[in-house]
Amino acid sequence: MTYRGVMVIGEQRGGELHPVTYELLARGRVLADKLSEELSCVVLGHEIERFAEGIIQRGADIVYIVDNPALRHFLPRPYAAALTRLAKEAKPEIILAAATTQGRTIMPLIAARLDTGLTADCTGLDIDPLDRLLLQTRPAIGGNVMATIKTPTSRPQMATVRPKSAKPNSADKTREGLVVLKTYEDNIFATCEELIDFVKDTTQDVNVQDADIVVAGGKGLKTRDNFRMIEELASLLGAAVGASRDVVDLGWVGYPHQIGLSGKTVSPKLYIAIGLSGSVQHLAGMQTSETVVAINKDEDAQIFKVADFGIVGDLFDVVPELTEKLKEKKNGECVRKG
Amino acid sequence: MSIYVLLKQVPGTSDVKMDEETGTMIRTEHKNVINPLDENALSEAIRIKGAKPEVKVTAISMGPPHAQKALREAIALGADEAVLMSHRGFSGSDTLATSKALAKALMTLAGGRLGKDDLVLCGERATDGETGQVGPMVSAILDVPVVTYVRKIVLKDHYIEAERVVEEGLELIRTSLPAVVTVVKDINQPGFPTLSGKLRAKSKEIPILTPLDLGLSQEDVGLQGSPTRVVKVFRPRLSRDTIMQKQDSSCVAVDSLMSFLEERGII
Ligand SMILES: Cc1cc2nc3c(=O)[nH]c(=O)nc-3n(C[C@H](O)[C@H](O)[C@H](O)COP(=O)(O)OP(=O)(O)OC[C@H]3O[C@@H](n4cnc5c(N)ncnc54)[C@H](O)[C@@H]3O)c2cc1C
Ligand SMILES: Nc1ncnc2c1ncn2[C@@H]1O[C@H](COP(=O)(O)O)[C@@H](O)[C@H]1O
Repeated sequence: MTYRGVMVIGEQRGGELHPVTYELLARGRVLADKLSEELSCVVLGHEIERFAEGIIQRGADIVYIVDNPALRHFLPRPYAAALTRLAKEAKPEIILAAATTQGRTIMPLIAARLDTGLTADCTGLDIDPLDRLLLQTRPAIGGNVMATIKTPTSRPQMATVRPKSAKPNSADKTREGLVVLKTYEDNIFATCEELIDFVKDTTQDVNVQDADIVVAGGKGLKTRDNFRMIEELASLLGAAVGASRDVVDLGWVGYPHQIGLSGKTVSPKLYIAIGLSGSVQHLAGMQTSETVVAINKDEDAQIFKVADFGIVGDLFDVVPELTEKLKEKKNGECVRKG
Repeated sequence: MSIYVLLKQVPGTSDVKMDEETGTMIRTEHKNVINPLDENALSEAIRIKGAKPEVKVTAISMGPPHAQKALREAIALGADEAVLMSHRGFSGSDTLATSKALAKALMTLAGGRLGKDDLVLCGERATDGETGQVGPMVSAILDVPVVTYVRKIVLKDHYIEAERVVEEGLELIRTSLPAVVTVVKDINQPGFPTLSGKLRAKSKEIPILTPLDLGLSQEDVGLQGSPTRVVKVFRPRLSRDTIMQKQDSSCVAVDSLMSFLEERGII
């Protein structure tokens, strides 16, 4: 049997389907259409059949539900066991997962077990019209260059896809698809790992990688206290707080907020960089953002090179003014609505 | 108990050249450093050894001959042994080929298979390749558990408890040994070389392993052993037409920012 079709690995967190699954489906749909093949989506968990409908509406032709109590929480070995098994049975020519802590952990395990190639953190995916191979494009060397990678002979061709790098398709209620329940014998899930506790991070309402807007502050803020300006602006916009490494090293905000080469990679709809020079290492983590706004007093700051809108000025003037205007706008809307 | 630290030498600056023909990185001898997260991995191993002196810490690196320097640094920082896997045949390895070679080296050094208390520590990712795939792949090839994104390790008898940083918070994971753990920056503050460490580093013999020594054939390693191929390398077009405004005593700059954001439907 030959390898055919595109499979995306849906992501379930805490019993909920994570929206990144719909982004993968949008990616997968484009590829499957170019290949004139089917798109399948697999989700693992326990009591998750209800996800199937939404997955089909967002573009899947086939949904594989692997249901087992052992899969309730993400654990690498049981997940890898089930997914490797399914990949061997269904033989997709392409497998995609999200470049999240789950996807980035599980995909290398599957790739190694299937003895095939894996490309990390892709921002672009396409099909080469000449040889029908998957073209996997990702930032390399700190985002200074992009590399396009192929997996010529091994199958499946595997890639993790950077979250927020594609828009989900809207739900099409008329779409139909096949739901396949997969039950595997319990022993394939046997493992010597165990999740003994989960502590939710309460320091961030919105995590930077999921956020549509990120407000990031750099050393230009000068003190921890001033950094609260960033936090205020972020909460006003319903945004996540980002920071440069220097700011994290100074302890103004925790490491989960660090954006860049040695921190998180984000590509939100809007990235506002304030008092941040825009070192290559920082740019590596945010330059794929849809819209970038930069506020810096130095007109030669690198950050302006990747900005769509730049304000040269003292952030201690600009930010309070911006915050004020956003508040006014918000209040104005409330008044109008009321 | 043995702790193996997989340690990669990476360019210290962002000024790296790519070979446009093969799409691989051109590694030079200059300005290379230990991958920052691997330094955290090494420090963690040394911290554990501090509490359990019978622990043996071995740093393993695959890379060009000058990667020896990174390994000497590892000795200076407190590693007991260091091994370099170096040979032309290894060059051009992708993450799968690298992982196979590292896994083979681990098995060889551990005398066939990892011991029941052994731990393999990696950085979560390297700053050059930036894939974060090698640690998990090595674990799959060795068929041992992996815990990724770890910011704390507590060593128990034949098992560990690890704090794993995920998007929404912290997971506390228990896993048996042997295991592979990939660490994030939060795990520790890397230490400094000691004087005695520096002296030891100078005279320490660092064995060099080739594919042949590891029983790997030409097809297993390097470009031949790599299922992926870089087919194109290009500069991302930073096609942003920047609108620049100067903040002055008028409110023009912020006002036009507001309308810019409104036009784009962001606010
Ligand atoms: C291997 C490696 C990995 C790294 N990884 C990362 C990473 O992941 N993320 C990261 O961010 N960095 C990373 N760095 C560090 C990076 O090189 C920079 O040091 C860092 O990003 C700079 O942070 P910054 O922009 O906040 O500070 P600075 O470079 O000091 O910039 C401060 C900016 O604020 C402006 N400013 C000052 N006062 C005002 C004012 N009143 N109003 C307006 N503007 C003002 C200044 O003009 C300046 O541009 C890494 C470095 C290395 C070597
Ligand atoms: N050539 C190598 N030699 C030794 N360790 C490596 C090598 N490549 C990767 N590693 C290890 O794997 C981790 C992840 O690397 P990467 O998958 O390249 O991002 C690194 O932090 C190292 O611990």
